[in-house]
Amino acid sequence: MKASDIIKNGLIKENPTWVLVLGMCPTLATTTSALNGLCMGLATTFVLIMSNIVISLLKSVVPDKVRIPCFIVVIATFVTIVQMVMQGFLPSLYESLGLFIPLIVVNCIVLGRAEAFASKNNVWHSLLDGLFMGLGFTWALTLLGIVREALGAGTIGAGTKFCFSFIGGADGMLLFILAPGGFICLGLLMALINHLRKAIK
Amino acid sequence: MAKKAESSLKNMLLSLTLIALVASFALALVNNATKGPIEDVNKKKVADAVAKVLPAFNNYTPDTVTVTMSTSKGDVDADLVRYTAYDAEGNIVGKAVESYDNNGFGGRLTAMVGFDAQGNITGYEILGSNETPGLGAKASSWFQNDGKGSIIGKNPATNKVTVSKDGDGGEIDAITGSTITSRAFCRLVGTAYNAFKVEKGETK
Repeated sequence: MKASDIIKNGLIKENPTWVLVLGMCPTLATTTSALNGLCMGLATTFVLIMSNIVISLLKSVVPDKVRIPCFIVVIATFVTIVQMVMQGFLPSLYESLGLFIPLIVVNCIVLGRAEAFASKNNVWHSLLDGLFMGLGFTWALTLLGIVREALGAGTIGAGTKFCFSFIGGADGMLLFILAPGGFICLGLLMALINHLRKAIK
Repeated sequence: MAKKAESSLKNMLLSLTLIALVASFALALVNNATKGPIEDVNKKKVADAVAKVLPAFNNYTPDTVTVTMSTSKGDVDADLVRYTAYDAEGNIVGKAVESYDNNGFGGRLTAMVGFDAQGNITGYEILGSNETPGLGAKASSWFQNDGKGSIIGKNPATNKVTVSKDGDGGEIDAITGSTITSRAFCRLVGTAYNAFKVEKGETK
C-alpha cells in the first residue's frame, strides 16, 4: 500500500463522515459551532494516531480472542489522557465539549481503524492512517460546524479571535443549532459532497 | 505479517494484564501532572463567580449549610456551599450561595447567587446548565440587571421572586418560551436565600 493512497482514503475516498458514515453521535452533537467541531475533530485525531500506533505495535503479541478488550483499554487510556489535559489546560473548551470527550472511546471510527487497519499494517502506515482519517473527520466536522453556526447563530468562528458576525445582534435560525438542524445540514452536505466526488471522478 | 500469539489461556491473561498495567501506570502519571491545574481551574471558577455576584470585598470564607429546598415532590434537605464575604474591617459585605435546582428543562441547573448583608440580590452567575440553546440558555442574561426579568436588587424577604405568569403574585417575567427554566431558576434563588438566612454555626 502506498502512503499517498492512505492519505487520499482518509481525506476523501473513505472519509469517515461523508463516505463511511461512522461516528455520527459526536458529528451531530458537537458541531454547534465551527470551533467545537474543529476541537472535537482534533481530539479524535490525537486518539486515532496514538491508538493506531500502539495497536499496530501490539498486533503480534495480542491473542485474537482478547483483541477487542485490549484495543478498548488502549483507546480508553488515550481518551482519558485527552480528557484530563483538556480539563486542566483548556477549561472553556472542556466545558463545551465535556460530555463528548469520554464518548470518543466508543466512537466507531477509532475501534474501526484499529480493527480494519492498525491490527493488519505496520506502524508507519498505521500512524499515517490515524492522522489522515482523523483529519478527514476534522474537516468534515469543521465544515458542518461552520454551516450550522452561520445559519443558526449568524457568526463564524465564535470564541476565537477571528469571529465574523454578519447579522449584528439579531438571533439566528435556532433550528440549525438544535438537533434537527444537525440532521438537515449533515444530509444535505453529504449529498453535495458525494455528488462532487462522483462529478470529479 | 508476524506470527500471531496463540489464544491460549496463559497468553490471554498475560497480554490483558500487562496492557492494563501499563495503561493504569500511564494514567497515574498523567493524573499526577494534571491534578494541580484542574484544581486551580475549579478554584478559579468559584472565585470568579463569587467576585462577579457580590459587591467589592476583601476576602471570603466558605462553609456548608443544610437548607430546605422546594421541589415538585415537596420539600427536601439540600447541602449548599456558601461564601461569606468580608470587607477590610471584618464586616460582612454579603454572601454568595452556590445553589441548584434539579427540575430545569434539561435537568440540573446550578448558579451562584449573591446577596448583600440585607438580603438584596446583588448578582448571579449560571455555573452549569443543560438548557436549550437560544431558549432556556438565555437564563445567563435574562435575569441580570439589564435583562427583561431582572432579579437584581430584589429581596426575597419582601419581593416575591417567582414567575409572574403563574398568577400567585410573582414579580419575575419568565423567559419567552422557557417557563420551566424560569421556574427552576426562581426556585434556585429561593433555595439560595434560605441558605443566606442561616446564621453562622447554625445548621438550619
